[in-house]
Amino acid sequence: MNKVINISKKNNIKEFDALIVGGGGSGMRTSLELAKSGLNTAVISKVFPTRSHTVSAQGGITCAIQSADPNDDWRWHMYDTVKGSDYIGDQDAIEYMCSEGPKAVYELEHMGLPFSRFENGRIYQRPFGGQSKDFGKGGQAARTCAAADRTGHALLHTLYQNNVKEGTNFLNEWFAVDLVKNSKNEITGVIAFSIESGEVCYLKAQATVLATGGAGRIYASTTNALINTGDGLGMTLRAGFPAQDMEMWQFHPTGIHGAGSLVTEGCRGEGGYLINADGERFMERYAPNAKDLAGRDVVARSMVMEILEGRGCGPEKDHVYLKLDHLGADVLNSKLPGICELSKTFAHVDPIKEPIPVVPTCHYMMGGTPTNIHGQAFSRNDGNDFMVSGLFSVGEAACVSVHGANRLGGNSLLDLVVFGRAAGKHINEELKSGGGVDNASNEDIELAMNRLNTLNESESGYEVADVKKQLQTCMQNYFGVFRRGEFMEKGVKELEEIREKSENLHLKDKSIAFNTNRVEALELQNLLEVAEATAISAMMRDESRGAHARDDFPERDDENWLCHSLYDPVEKKLGKRDVNFVPKEVEAFPPKMRSY
Amino acid sequence: MELNVSLYRYNPEQDKFPYMKNYKVKKPEKDIMVLDLLNMLKEDDATISYRRSCREGVCGSDGMNINGKNGLACITPLSEVLKGNKLELRPLPGLPVIRDLIVDMTQFYEQYEKIKPFLQSDSEPPEQERLQSPQDRDKLDGLYECILCACCSTSCPSFWWNPDKFVGPAALLQAYRFLADTRDTKKQERLEELGDPFSVYRCHGIMNCVNVCPKGLNPNKAIGEIKSMLLTGSKEDKIKVVGLE
Repeated sequence: MNKVINISKKNNIKEFDALIVGGGGSGMRTSLELAKSGLNTAVISKVFPTRSHTVSAQGGITCAIQSADPNDDWRWHMYDTVKGSDYIGDQDAIEYMCSEGPKAVYELEHMGLPFSRFENGRIYQRPFGGQSKDFGKGGQAARTCAAADRTGHALLHTLYQNNVKEGTNFLNEWFAVDLVKNSKNEITGVIAFSIESGEVCYLKAQATVLATGGAGRIYASTTNALINTGDGLGMTLRAGFPAQDMEMWQFHPTGIHGAGSLVTEGCRGEGGYLINADGERFMERYAPNAKDLAGRDVVARSMVMEILEGRGCGPEKDHVYLKLDHLGADVLNSKLPGICELSKTFAHVDPIKEPIPVVPTCHYMMGGTPTNIHGQAFSRNDGNDFMVSGLFSVGEAACVSVHGANRLGGNSLLDLVVFGRAAGKHINEELKSGGGVDNASNEDIELAMNRLNTLNESESGYEVADVKKQLQTCMQNYFGVFRRGEFMEKGVKELEEIREKSENLHLKDKSIAFNTNRVEALELQNLLEVAEATAISAMMRDESRGAHARDDFPERDDENWLCHSLYDPVEKKLGKRDVNFVPKEVEAFPPKMRSY
Repeated sequence: MELNVSLYRYNPEQDKFPYMKNYKVKKPEKDIMVLDLLNMLKEDDATISYRRSCREGVCGSDGMNINGKNGLACITPLSEVLKGNKLELRPLPGLPVIRDLIVDMTQFYEQYEKIKPFLQSDSEPPEQERLQSPQDRDKLDGLYECILCACCSTSCPSFWWNPDKFVGPAALLQAYRFLADTRDTKKQERLEELGDPFSVYRCHGIMNCVNVCPKGLNPNKAIGEIKSMLLTGSKEDKIKVVGLE
């Protein structure tokens, strides 16, 4: 592998107008917009794009397209999302997502996405958790547009197909190592290498978009793909940029016990429900109105309470059951075919006959790089926000923030396409009106190559697999569904040791061609950055809100914490940032007690 | 009990030829997936290389040849494939090997792109969605679910023989996915591009594709539908007989 890139010799430099790091839903929606605009756009992805984690999304994309209910209203969707976020979602961004959503969903249909249909030919919509009509007063809504229970797969393939149609450049199986930052603190691209050939390049761009998804692999048990290692956040944190709301991790109520695979909330949307060891439908006690379709944080906590109080199922009493058999074979085979397949494979259970063993499992990172609705990344100086020129982020990697302290089911896919599209449009306008960044120097580039070169030169040190296990165990033990100060302090201490190890890894295999050992080592260092941001943010937020539930501070504290947290990776300190309560068209929704 | 795992190894920087390397592993108490076993082996020997991502059978990364049959490592339990205590893992057949179990899939993707795998319509899209009846939408079931793992195409002797000219079962399944979509208006053009003696007609119904598809799809049936559309034309579109001049 080349260790040096020299700008004046122009070796190993590839130049684009816009560079998108990540080939999942948000990245490919951004690239599609840009490819259509005629800008020289490239997507770099560490896996072939259709292997990205968007493919695993099941239940659907939530949007008020007024198909199941002709009177549905995006404002109701907005209300649900604000309430779901436990009031720290930015209301301007949520308004934008919910009102622009229908356009973005219709575009997907026009691109060919094979949505399921109602008899009248319109897109099928199903009920999902946290959905209501008439601002919570009209009962359960059915707002999640679905392609059976394979909506993410259908969406990701459709986006890839349309990128092929528009001629997007793909650098597939390339790994981004670090951001290149010039003397003006502008981002001018990334250092990346081809996993297959080992060629190291400076990918130079006027706009760099991080669409690298989540980092669920910081936990030992997660629904996330093995590739979800927070590579974009790792890069921004190392570059000294902040991360927002990192304590907010969603634990999905229904991961398959033992395997971690996701079982869609759509199962409960179609009429399934959870039972404990006594066969009791326990959600009736915790959420008398919404029951099994309460917010995910509420359902996940209720499940853990059942297990802690000895009403768990199985020999170890460590899970509960998701009952679906009463829906009948026809509904299950037509609406939830993928779930039937997954249950048989991973739980050895046929849901037509038996309930599925499930347990809350790490699923989604609500936090991320703070951005505005155009995907522009923020940083902070002396308490003031400022835009980082050249840097954008979209999708799960970003925190725009539409999910706040708890994401509603089906809002993730909507987030991807709405903000991918918005970022693409904005970058197009900005670059065509003469915007852009200055050049980076050889020293700037050298700095961004350090991590890779250090790893390649390592002659002794720690094993990647061992350190990864330690990290995942630490996060699982101390930063799970319920959290407590003293345990978290212990966790943060452990992470200090783990950081020391992750900075001294031994890359045993120094070969060039498709060296997955090298990729995994670099991924581990990204996981560490994300884990540390999560741990310190969680320890500092001394209240309970949304997904962040503390034993020692069980109440929501609006006086002190009705705000975003902003983690500063340089000082390793937590700051606060105001939540936006100024939507454009509607009155802001003020904080209320949150009950389902 | 010990498992004897025989793994195809090849590192282009070190090995003149590929070879099979044997690993002895204690048989896990519970039934695990082939991918889990590979992950265990990799913890001891970090040089072992393979692709993986979702680990639940939807991303299509870890197609490989498992005791002689193509499949996805992440959803293939050992109990289904072990022969006695033996497990042999090889890369997907017929494509160039980059390293160990990783093949170069360029040719496979090129065939996919060749069939224009995107919806084409002459009509301007409406303000809302295009309407499609549930019955018409049902025609896409068994087609759109393909995950591009290449298990089918790389088990197909016709694809081994003519990977540049025979489109192969995976891409033909997608060709039919768009032919079957009532929203697509380019049926005639799509069929004309498939009418040469190689693209479709090299399929001789060997059915390996059906036998190995980890998603239970049936490319052979889709190819049959394409052949019959080529010969008779689809009823609604009155397609001319093409390809058999």
